[in-house]
Amino acid sequence: MSSSAPLLHGVVTVGDTLPVLVVDVTPTTVVLGALASRDWRPMHHDYKFATERNGVADIFLNTPNQAAWFERYLTDWTGPRGRVGRMTFRMRDSVFPGDEMTFTGTVTDTGVDDLGCGWVDVDVELRAAHGTRGDRLCSTCSARVAIPVDADDNPWSRTAEQWRP
Amino acid sequence: MSVDGSDLPDDVAELVGVPQYPSTATFDVERSYSWDTLAATQNGNPLFWDEAVAEELTGGPIAVPTTLSLWMRPHFWEPGAAGEQVALQVHFDLKARFDLPEAVMTDNTIIFHTPVRPGDRISHQQVLRSVSGPKTTKLGSGRFWVIDIEYHNQRGELVGVESYTGFGYRRDGASS
Repeated sequence: MSSSAPLLHGVVTVGDTLPVLVVDVTPTTVVLGALASRDWRPMHHDYKFATERNGVADIFLNTPNQAAWFERYLTDWTGPRGRVGRMTFRMRDSVFPGDEMTFTGTVTDTGVDDLGCGWVDVDVELRAAHGTRGDRLCSTCSARVAIPVDADDNPWSRTAEQWRP
Repeated sequence: MSVDGSDLPDDVAELVGVPQYPSTATFDVERSYSWDTLAATQNGNPLFWDEAVAEELTGGPIAVPTTLSLWMRPHFWEPGAAGEQVALQVHFDLKARFDLPEAVMTDNTIIFHTPVRPGDRISHQQVLRSVSGPKTTKLGSGRFWVIDIEYHNQRGELVGVESYTGFGYRRDGASS
């Protein structure tokens, strides 16, 4: 593996779309994500609790795991030099086992701050499709990601005073 | 104070803007949770899998940024602990205060600052920002609240800031 040939800021323009990511969600997807984030709450591993207490269709993806999926989606596109500065997401519906989860993304802004850091703003949609639950918009995410302005730039090298996410 | 101007009980209003539960993790940041997170999301980012890439870009391994919150999550059980051990205690305090048995998170913002590294010991504090008046959604009736969390490492460096919106609710027809 190599960190060469990074996505550079100059080639990204507003309206660019990110490659689509499609993932089949299983109970393991949900439970593994919850346990990886040390989220022991039962609605993420206990079907009876989720359906009878929370009143939802099944166990569902937890919040930190959704964040991790958004991070993966963004850095799949940027490569390892991409450094996520911030993300804000709203969970409108839950993602359940049996769903086909689809991520799409669009660049909404680009810019270079006065410290020379190149930023791209990306809106991401997470949709879920299921035979009986239908096609739902589950989450929307707005992210701000630093990517290199040239081949020698490395956003990760920016220390606190040079980093304005 | 609340997001829609509704009155809040005094004991809740007094907590708005006040740092609560300042605490330090009981364990160091380590790499296995990063790998678990990468596995859970099928994330092949070489920054986390290839030591040479990590050395080149970040001067050695860092934690997957979105693992930020997990370092302050308690063990499910530990000697001497009674009852369920929960993260984000303010969220559970509000559920109890308003007698709302169920809750979900609806919004999350994460701002990433200095990268977290294996061996770090993370501290945090929670700040209640707002509580809504009564609301009804498809899940039930309850209230929304916003809680901010600041995370620092053992050197006092800011490593991240999070904001959660939670919805505590009682399913329609459920009795207290």
